Amino acid sequence: MQEMLQYLFSGITNGAIYAVIAIGFSMLYNSTDLINFAHGEFVMLGALCMVTFFGTLHLPIVLAILLAIASVAVAGLVFERLAIRSVKNPEPIVLIIITVGASIFLRGIGMILWGKDAHTIASFSSHPPLDIAGAKLLSQSIWIIVILLLTAVGLQLFYKKTLTGKAMEANAISKRAAWIVGIPSKLMIMLAFGLSTAMGGLAGVIIAPITMSSYDMGTMLGLKGFCAAMLGGLGSLWGALIGGFLLGILEAMGVGFVSSGLKDATAFLLLLFILYVKPGGIISSASVKRF
Amino acid sequence: MLRIKNLKCFYGRIMAVKGVSLSVKKSQIITLIGANGSGKSTLLESICGLLPDWKGEITFEGVSLKGFDPPAVVKQGISLVPEGRLVFPPISVLDNLKLGAYTMYRKRQHAAVNQTLEKILDLFPILKQRAKQPAGTLSGGEQQMLAIGRGLMSHPKLLLLDEPSMGLAPLIVEKIFQILETLRNDGITILLVEQNAQAALQIADFGYVFETGNVVLQGPASELLEDQEVKRAYLGKDYGEFYDDKY
Repeated sequence: MQEMLQYLFSGITNGAIYAVIAIGFSMLYNSTDLINFAHGEFVMLGALCMVTFFGTLHLPIVLAILLAIASVAVAGLVFERLAIRSVKNPEPIVLIIITVGASIFLRGIGMILWGKDAHTIASFSSHPPLDIAGAKLLSQSIWIIVILLLTAVGLQLFYKKTLTGKAMEANAISKRAAWIVGIPSKLMIMLAFGLSTAMGGLAGVIIAPITMSSYDMGTMLGLKGFCAAMLGGLGSLWGALIGGFLLGILEAMGVGFVSSGLKDATAFLLLLFILYVKPGGIISSASVKRF
Repeated sequence: MLRIKNLKCFYGRIMAVKGVSLSVKKSQIITLIGANGSGKSTLLESICGLLPDWKGEITFEGVSLKGFDPPAVVKQGISLVPEGRLVFPPISVLDNLKLGAYTMYRKRQHAAVNQTLEKILDLFPILKQRAKQPAGTLSGGEQQMLAIGRGLMSHPKLLLLDEPSMGLAPLIVEKIFQILETLRNDGITILLVEQNAQAALQIADFGYVFETGNVVLQGPASELLEDQEVKRAYLGKDYGEFYDDKY
């Protein structure tokens, strides 16, 4: 029982991180129909920026977090401006290959800037772990879950209550209709890139204290986040949350009760399974309103 | 108000509009009629910036619209109600309308937007009833009203309508055309593209008849209604007088 609870805690923690990454995937897919395979690399950038701002420069925690996320968002905007918008013939397959190329490029940048070594930083707060029925819940886990929930609520409010959010949604539904109405679609796409990569940066920031951050951490995290997004239903906010937590928890249970070699396999087995039985994901975007 | 001189529009190498000139005067309903593929919609797309590939001259209140993208054209005071309505189905009726005022909100004219919104909801009471519903749940006629309402939200001086009667029951068409007349009387200029020539000419002040990218006939709407050629080609009079009694 105690073991089970411990696995559940670690599953929820990882799941929350996958969910943040999945939200980034979904958001961009919604606005541009594009899967950004460099998304994991933005997570890496977030984590390593956090290492620099918080670990090396010892900036105050809130400032460090905001700076790290802002840096990643700026990188995302530059990526959109230089690599995506300048494409003459923007067919989906061309853009996807570009994102794959960008991921290799960003990994190289990460290696040059931060070296090949793994880095660690302290938790956001130094509270001792909570003891619940014999299982330990790290203070960083609580931070991660709280930040995820705040982000989800914030995004929901942004899309439902603000004009810019609604305009982004409108642009995602029909670029032509939005354009006619007077919504500048280029700006909306830029915004989507900025927000999506900021989500990636946020995932990196919150994961930095509980993992070894290095230039090559992004690939696997990106793929897991992609699995979570597919699992929940690409394009849906709540789908991303469900997919993230489901993946995190099943992964933790698989590691705990079957074999630790199963950790990464779980994600892809689950992905194959869901694509086989319900290709649209748990909340398929046909039945759910795009967020 | 709107002046088009020798307009040629291209889809790649195909010339869809072959040198059309026309002018739209303030507070009038001008209608463009003609069969499918005669270049009417293409002309509208060129005006509102959706189709950048055109030659000739389009000026609106003395300003050339060359190189303007759709948001810039909206800011000039031209609004398009597109073919097929193109409302945002999952978004609520009210928010659809508010999105129509995107450029107004960006100019920080919130009070004016609220006023317009009130006016439009009075004009289309059905939209008020359905304000909270997703636009996709509306009937075709209601969606058309929503599309017109959304187009009006940006305070246009010139409203372009692309086939507002498409796929609608005659009774609804009549209702929508009545509203267009009301708008004209309120001082909004209307450029109406229609295949339903009979209905369009009845409310219009002036008409242009399109055929394969050219204007083949133009004149006051009342004269076009009586024109033998128009009757034969677009009003179906040859098929018996009983036919148009149903309109």
